[in-house]
Amino acid sequence: MKLDGKIPAGALAEKWTKYRSSMPLVAPHNKLRLDVIVVGTGLAGASAAASLGELGYNVKCFTFHDSPRRAHSIAAQGGINAAKNYRNDGDSVHRLFYDTIKGGDYRAREANVHRLAEVSGSIIDQCVAQGVPFAREYGGLLDTRSFGGTQVQRTFYAKGQTGQQLLIGAYQALSRQISLGKVQMYNRHEMLDLVMVDGKARGIIARNLVTGKLERFSAHAVVLATGGYGNVFYLSTNAMTCNVTAAWRTVRRGALMANPCFTQIHPTCIPVSGDYQSKLTLMSESLRNDGRVWAPKKKEDAQAIREGRKKGKDIPEEDRDYFLERKYPAFGNLVPRDVASRASKAMCDAGHGVAPTGLAVFMDFAAAIERYGRSRASAQGIHNPDKDTITALGEKVIDEKYDNLFAMYEKITGENAKKTPMKIYPAVHYTMGGLWVDYNLQTNIPGLFATGECNFSDHGANRLGASALMQGLADGYFVLPYTIGTFLAGEISTPRISTDLPEFAAAESETRARLLGFLSVNGKQSVESFHRRLGRIMWEYCGMARNAEGLTKARKMVQDLQAEFQSDLFVPGTLDEFNPELEKAARVADFMELGELMIVDALNRNESCGGHFRTEYQTEEGEAMRDDEGYAYVAAWEYGGMGKEPVLHREDLIFETVKPTSRSYK
Amino acid sequence: MKITLKVWRQKDAKDKGRFETYKLDNVTEHMSFLEMFDVLNEELIQKKETPIAFEHDCREGICGTCSMVINGRPHGPLQGTTACQLHMRMFNDGDTIVVEPFRARAFPVLCDLVVDRSAFDRIIQSGGFISVNTGQPQDANSLPVPKEVAEASFSAAACIGCGACVAACPNASAMLFVSAKVSHLNLLPQGKVEAKRRAQSMVKQMDLEGFGNCSNVTACEAECPKEISIKNIARLNREYMSSAVGSETEV
Repeated sequence: MKLDGKIPAGALAEKWTKYRSSMPLVAPHNKLRLDVIVVGTGLAGASAAASLGELGYNVKCFTFHDSPRRAHSIAAQGGINAAKNYRNDGDSVHRLFYDTIKGGDYRAREANVHRLAEVSGSIIDQCVAQGVPFAREYGGLLDTRSFGGTQVQRTFYAKGQTGQQLLIGAYQALSRQISLGKVQMYNRHEMLDLVMVDGKARGIIARNLVTGKLERFSAHAVVLATGGYGNVFYLSTNAMTCNVTAAWRTVRRGALMANPCFTQIHPTCIPVSGDYQSKLTLMSESLRNDGRVWAPKKKEDAQAIREGRKKGKDIPEEDRDYFLERKYPAFGNLVPRDVASRASKAMCDAGHGVAPTGLAVFMDFAAAIERYGRSRASAQGIHNPDKDTITALGEKVIDEKYDNLFAMYEKITGENAKKTPMKIYPAVHYTMGGLWVDYNLQTNIPGLFATGECNFSDHGANRLGASALMQGLADGYFVLPYTIGTFLAGEISTPRISTDLPEFAAAESETRARLLGFLSVNGKQSVESFHRRLGRIMWEYCGMARNAEGLTKARKMVQDLQAEFQSDLFVPGTLDEFNPELEKAARVADFMELGELMIVDALNRNESCGGHFRTEYQTEEGEAMRDDEGYAYVAAWEYGGMGKEPVLHREDLIFETVKPTSRSYK
Repeated sequence: MKITLKVWRQKDAKDKGRFETYKLDNVTEHMSFLEMFDVLNEELIQKKETPIAFEHDCREGICGTCSMVINGRPHGPLQGTTACQLHMRMFNDGDTIVVEPFRARAFPVLCDLVVDRSAFDRIIQSGGFISVNTGQPQDANSLPVPKEVAEASFSAAACIGCGACVAACPNASAMLFVSAKVSHLNLLPQGKVEAKRRAQSMVKQMDLEGFGNCSNVTACEAECPKEISIKNIARLNREYMSSAVGSETEV
């Protein structure tokens, strides 16, 4: 199979504009005859479904949630990037493009990333028009702040709830199309298989999660916007139901999975507290605007804190190691996520961790509280403010900026992070890998498209903060509605696809057999216990640091776990009822297959880049060592069949505009 | 900690339902309320019994999926907190906790603690949006919005659509939910164009769904995990009256 990225010819900055003006179109009267299935209602799915409905296509939209407003995009906190240059601080489309390519450690396609930067400004315009209440200055104009890996302030935000506000904007647009009859919405329906007819994606099999019935849906094209697979690690910042099943089922039908080992570990999450832990909670990257990350210089201090004999605030200034500021003076606390995560891990590994588990460092707001307090006092005409006044005023500013984040931290840990430094540790957050797509966001299966976190396309080996929201909405509002026409223009004389075709019957009966299989094992162990064990293997051997020896061992462990799953699983209940355990069983089975592929991919990539850190390939200072000669390619994997090796297909990454260099934030 | 749970069990919408009692011996104070349910469900599965169905997703207090009434209060005893953010340190060793689903005619129970809240979606579909197509609207900064207005709008938009307001209200009224959406959009200049139509359509749909009327009990505000203010209800009433009386807007 020869992978063709279908990148348009011409100068980088003109590719998208020229292509958009010359791509095939579907006339309005023909759009009315074409059906499109959109699976997922997060930012990428809701925006795509709404926009396609507006254009005139008949859209069928699916979510396994009880409402399209619940997808995990809603939990994004910090913000969304856009090259508006409202701050006059030197931002531009090219700079956003460059930061993203560099942030991704030169493992993304130039053309896709440039297009993302080009449409970023329109996203903000669109969201404001929809009524998204972004933060504003007193002059009534939009406020922005900094995020990691950049030296400009291009991140638009709505307190610590940016994802929620953007998703509600997209949900509102989707709701409008539902009311107009252009989108048929299916809540509580989970996609369990892709149906292909004559080599094209023509429908899905979905399970009605209330009745348990399997249902067939057909369309001329299928769009997956089903998010990432971070929950393969069990503990992650993803929501509990985030899963890879829809995407993985298409892989089983021939779609390629690209760069699955590229996972993002977010540096600032609330540390693990016990064995019963069900998920990890992110503390937004925006906090690194004001939070200074440190660990005690002396190991005995760290030990005293771990044992509860000392507190963070007891450590004098000279005994604190602000290690990000020390190691990376140019970017300081705002280095990209992969860099910050590794630095924190290194401190903890060296014995400087501060939680009882030894796995946490501090993020401290005392300096910011004092700085803001003085500034606010001065603005209020208080010339010699005492310490309490400064602290009170400073804490007020912190509340205004980060609102719910400090409250959330206190609810979970019982500590007030304005009074004592926050404890943080890296956790799985996002997956850069995903379904392989070309420039049109079409997978290698004709008629199957993938958008948002579900595809692999824009973030290379590491995503910059506030860029996931940007990509989800870019794909859904401003890319897919155009590019899907390149496929559908050839389908205008294809009549409506019948769900009575034998392909639908076959896919339905395969799905039924698979689900009944889980129910019939009747062993002893719960789905959840298998998921936890899979997560531990993945985190230990395919997490923040990997090496060939560990990965080889882990692959065997995952295979053994799969065998045990097939022989000792217990799923209560039946197929034809509301049965959350059965839903989970199908998802965990797919996570195991994906987990093995992630390990294979990590083993294949004999270099370190972005979130993929192979301990064999590092500089003397412990920085990632890329191998551009050997690995400047997208690794797209074809499912080989049960018990067979997956097949690697390479798409070489060609850099025409930027020159890959060693990524430095010093 | 030892905890006794009395949990509502109901197989499906047709089942009559009943409380079942469960005893837990190893609850720790750092556990979240839902993690306690995870532990209980694991025990039930080990005994080959049917685990308790409860809805949850983000476990960060933002997706609005949880729908439990804990000791008579939607989302439990802690002010401004969803059930998923509630931790066991709020309870004492030996406590008995009663857990049941959100109850309202417009929110039928599907299974155990899981209810159908799609009525909220239909209310939004009736007018909870600004009619703007994806395209090339004017530059975002061409429309200044006073900071106070943007913040008031944001405070209303913080609603997570969980339905606690309905569960808390003796009339099962959805006024807090509807008024939050109307306020979010009607306060902004972008939303003014359709303000009257929006208020009328959404109130009409709310009535059609079988929600009760507001009689100023204000339990909704007290139980809202996002602390949405009842000022929004006053704002909706004003908007509704001014749009209904002598208005040419028809919905």
